[in-house]
Amino acid sequence: MTREFISGNDALAHGVRLASPKVISAYPITPQTTVVERLSEMAEDGSLDAEFIHVESEHSALSCAIGASAAGVRTFTATSSQGLLYMAECLPYAAGGRFPIVMMNANRSIALPWNIYGDQRDSLMLLDSGWIQAYVQDAQEGLDLALMSYRIAEHPEVSTPFMINMDGFHLTHTYEVVDVPDKESADRLIPPFRPVGCIDPGSPQNIGFSAGPEHNVFFKYKAHCGMLRARDVIKETEQAFSRIFGREYSGLTEGYRCEDADHVLITLGSISGLCRGAADAARAEGIRAGVLRIRYMRPFPAEETVAAVSGAKSIAVLEKDISFGGTGTVFANVGSALFSAGLNMRASNYIGGLGGRDISIGDVRKIFSDMAAGKTGVRFIGIEEGPE
Amino acid sequence: MDAVWGRTMTDVVWIGRGGQGAFTAARLLGAAYSLRDGGGYALAFPSFGPERRGAPMKAFTKLSAGPISDRSEARSGDFSVYLDDTLLRTPASGAGKVLVNTSSTSDDPRVVSLDADGIAAEVLGSPIVNTVMLGALAALLGGFAAEDLDVGIENVLAERLWDKNKKAARKAYDAVAETLR
Repeated sequence: MTREFISGNDALAHGVRLASPKVISAYPITPQTTVVERLSEMAEDGSLDAEFIHVESEHSALSCAIGASAAGVRTFTATSSQGLLYMAECLPYAAGGRFPIVMMNANRSIALPWNIYGDQRDSLMLLDSGWIQAYVQDAQEGLDLALMSYRIAEHPEVSTPFMINMDGFHLTHTYEVVDVPDKESADRLIPPFRPVGCIDPGSPQNIGFSAGPEHNVFFKYKAHCGMLRARDVIKETEQAFSRIFGREYSGLTEGYRCEDADHVLITLGSISGLCRGAADAARAEGIRAGVLRIRYMRPFPAEETVAAVSGAKSIAVLEKDISFGGTGTVFANVGSALFSAGLNMRASNYIGGLGGRDISIGDVRKIFSDMAAGKTGVRFIGIEEGPE
Repeated sequence: MDAVWGRTMTDVVWIGRGGQGAFTAARLLGAAYSLRDGGGYALAFPSFGPERRGAPMKAFTKLSAGPISDRSEARSGDFSVYLDDTLLRTPASGAGKVLVNTSSTSDDPRVVSLDADGIAAEVLGSPIVNTVMLGALAALLGGFAAEDLDVGIENVLAERLWDKNKKAARKAYDAVAETLR
């Protein structure tokens, strides 16, 4: 293990290197670019024994990864924003084919207006594509998840592609202290890839077939079951990770002072640390505040969310996306979980950080005041008058 | 001391023009602080806006003994470092210490002036002042040994740049340490 001062993208690339994928196919896009630059350098200098394929588009990047995965090797790709949308057609292909591809998405705003900075509209737009979706809060978690993601995705009862989401710039381009594990320890966590079914001339089988009305539902049902099975595999993998590396992760969510909280703010990604600081500040002024960080949007942590907020008077969701004319996508998922569990507390939705706009601790502190004052509805941070 | 977090966190804001190396300076400080023996934690990041050569820009370094979870931009730094004195406005009251690359002097007790261009021209033979300002700021921050700067330089810069830049940083460190004595 070495202690390094590196960017989130550098950390992620180290995690991928330690997982030893055999094929990396990618097309560069800001703010993902330096991830694939590092990996191409590693493939060139021999520190990573992989075929690096610089393809002509994001659609081709994932198509290529699907082909390589079908041929029976571990694969990686990375993208962002418009690139993720351009490869969107291939996402359900990878999920439906049960190819355990790992992809890093550098969360970035969606055009128009054109913007290269961070928000989460890109990945949340593709929540229904059948991929596991994780959101990290710092560079270390990005590296650690790059390792864990392969063990989770490749578990034979999961066999589902895995998208690691890192907030563009706030994580990808921020330099920080990261412990980079050694290869021997990484190998203890991740066994060699054993594909569930792959192209094998000695044992021909049909891959990527069609299924008509009679049988189609069974494939969808099994994909759903695989995603649900991931809930336990994530926990088992984190336990194994902790035994090897000594760092603890908390499953699909991470709670902070939720046990006795009246007002719980639910959020995800790099803003979570600031929210915990704002909760401390609110408590110092008499508001019993807590924060629930969602680490996985798929599989969705319905049970964990209900358990964390069941004693609260109100919840708010702070997210970097908006589904125009509706609510934020995270809020819709949280609301569904709470309603299904029979919880009926006040709820509000805060939209912030769009196009990379900075969120201050004062902005988050005000959310707790709004919650304590009984405010509800969908509000945009930085715009005083809420939409009607 | 950060009131919210209840532990010491130091915010440094670097102010320069695109191409002057303000973000590199932010990384140099973070690497020097966190990778030296017994080092703490640091974050270094640029202001996320359009990058244009010559246009005003900011970069940020946060230093703390413990892990840092506040990733927001500092509104006003405990230390503000101007790589270019044409960007300096009269510092607002209570805006922390100010370190300026300038050949003129200031009566403001918060302002420390250093002719970094002069040191860069003499030692580096180029107008890039980031390692000069790193050395000056390290002396101003306190708690840095001159050798800690070498750790940052070796971590961030290409090897062919090490010797000259270590000399430049050391010269500025000694100059500011002398004025504080």
